[in-house]
Amino acid sequence: MTVAAAKPHLSREHMLDLLRQMIRIRRFEDKCAELYTQEKIRGFMHLYDGEEAVAVGVISALQKRDRIVATYREHGHALVRGVPMTAVMAEMYGKQEGCSRGRGGSMHLFNAATNFFGGNAIVGGGLPLAIGLGLASHMQGDDLVTACFFGDGAVAEGEFHESLNLAELWQLPVLFVCENNLYAMGTALALSESETDIQRKAACYRIPSEAIDGMDVVAVEAAALRAVQAVRETRNPYFLECRTYRLRAHSMFDPQLYRDKAEVEAWRPREPIVRFQGWLEANHMIHPDEMSRMTAEIDAEIAEAVAFADAGRWEPVEQLCRFVYADSTVPTGQ
Amino acid sequence: MQQEIARTDAIDMTYREAVRAALRDALSRDKRVFLMGEDVGRYGGCYAVSHGLLAEFGPERIRDTPLSESGFTGAGIGAAMVGLRPIVELMTVNFSLLALDQILNNAATVRHMSGNQFGVPLVIRMATGAGRQLAAQHSHSLEGWYAHIPGIRVLAPATLEDARGMLWTALQEPDPVLIFENVMLYNVSGKLAADAGAVNIDKAVVRREGRDISLVTYGGSLWKTLEAAATLAGNGIEAEVVDLRTLRPLDDATIMASVGKTRHAVIVDEGWHSGSLAAEIGMRIVEQAFWSLDAPIGRVCSEEVPIPYPRHLENAALPQATKIVAAANAALGRA
Repeated sequence: MTVAAAKPHLSREHMLDLLRQMIRIRRFEDKCAELYTQEKIRGFMHLYDGEEAVAVGVISALQKRDRIVATYREHGHALVRGVPMTAVMAEMYGKQEGCSRGRGGSMHLFNAATNFFGGNAIVGGGLPLAIGLGLASHMQGDDLVTACFFGDGAVAEGEFHESLNLAELWQLPVLFVCENNLYAMGTALALSESETDIQRKAACYRIPSEAIDGMDVVAVEAAALRAVQAVRETRNPYFLECRTYRLRAHSMFDPQLYRDKAEVEAWRPREPIVRFQGWLEANHMIHPDEMSRMTAEIDAEIAEAVAFADAGRWEPVEQLCRFVYADSTVPTGQ
Repeated sequence: MQQEIARTDAIDMTYREAVRAALRDALSRDKRVFLMGEDVGRYGGCYAVSHGLLAEFGPERIRDTPLSESGFTGAGIGAAMVGLRPIVELMTVNFSLLALDQILNNAATVRHMSGNQFGVPLVIRMATGAGRQLAAQHSHSLEGWYAHIPGIRVLAPATLEDARGMLWTALQEPDPVLIFENVMLYNVSGKLAADAGAVNIDKAVVRREGRDISLVTYGGSLWKTLEAAATLAGNGIEAEVVDLRTLRPLDDATIMASVGKTRHAVIVDEGWHSGSLAAEIGMRIVEQAFWSLDAPIGRVCSEEVPIPYPRHLENAALPQATKIVAAANAALGRA
């Protein structure tokens, strides 16, 4: 890989693509929220509203062969990664056409074809798994990068510290991406961390780290390109702290008692889509017609995904105990 | 304690050496296999199981880890998901609790949660059991807990043949396998066939045949149970001893065949009485062989106490041959 590859592609076409991907996530999730109120989607559902620039920026910097470990707030990551929206929506419904056959739901989107190693709903639980993917790369001598996403809440978990230590100690090609949205569910970072400057924790493990504005998609992508290149070339870990903010509730059950509405409103003008779109418009890089066309295309894709999920089939109850073991004929002793 | 079957072409070895031979064989035969855990390399293994393997296979494949049970167990899971065949050694079952998140929430669930897209062909070995005066944080028998979890297999090799042969078969499984090695067995010596190799991990085995009562057990308790059966034989009672070998999935057929024959059953399990694997087996016998029974089922489990340090109290807390004899007599109405 050359140095040039680590530079952002500042073509107009690429920038429109970054915008389109963020809007695609936002509108998909807006539809999910609507479907949730209609009880078509159930369980826990965590929306990414305000944080889209992180998934879009980081995943745009990865190669298709690279691996991704994500959290339970992972709809955006799956979509950017290329998991078909139809399969993601069907999974949200719990239909067997879903990307995890409906067995996982919103928090457990998996897709082997795109090297998407799942939404993990145990905070911090994905980090050791990413270490294993990195260890496999190390032992098999490939050039892959494993990108591991987690929130600021995970930083308080022992698995975070164990994993950072192992990554540097064993020289594993893992890109740690902390999506710092300032709240672990309802607990503010300052209430859970003695050191709130998260990237400094990586430095304690001798892992190169930087903190960036996670609401600026161009900045995220630029940093991610640097980071991915560093990991791919050095075969050592790298740590990106993306400072962002969740504009919606933690999940659909969250009345948001822990923060003022004024705080949310103060963040709203900084949200990544409005900001990037505004910048593109101010610089005459996008026409209102293009925006309309882009939105219409996304809405058509969403409509198709909803129709696909609606038409999806429920797995027959007779198949309940499948996929517990590789061979479904393994006796359960029952 | 001696193995029952001595062969002319057999060689003397300990259970520890049998496990080591299994590791060496797996590492030699399959380049994807590596061993990772606390002190498995330079120290030679907490129970000296992996002694010498570092020199033979090098630090990449005999990988010493920091004291990060969750971290390196999760690393084993991730590596298994993309083509390697890790053997993770957890020093004891007590320490495995620090990795329980990874074992239960990842290893056991990934296949199902991902709709069968990813599997975790991982083997986790650990020491279990009491009897070495190691007190309440190094002496538990929690294999019954693990046998509660769908998505994993649980093995309890009690003999040299199984110590030698279960690992390779476990490594061929596409799903996670936990192997529990009872600490009291490592020094047990006996004869093992020079050409001993892989064994099945599906079937329970009758280690001693008898017509009067079925004694169902596994792991370290097997030898106490065989000792009890010998005592019972002296009193004219022919006990049949069933070694479960695999705790999940249980081989119900072998258990029920034995109970159907003897019409009496006592289950011997080093786990605590309440919520034990013995309770599960007893209930299965009730569900599947109730009309074969001539008397209530008995159980010999550990007393409901954290394992104490003094030898006399530790012994009193655990299943012993005398307790098994008493339970068998009670089940036969001879108490």
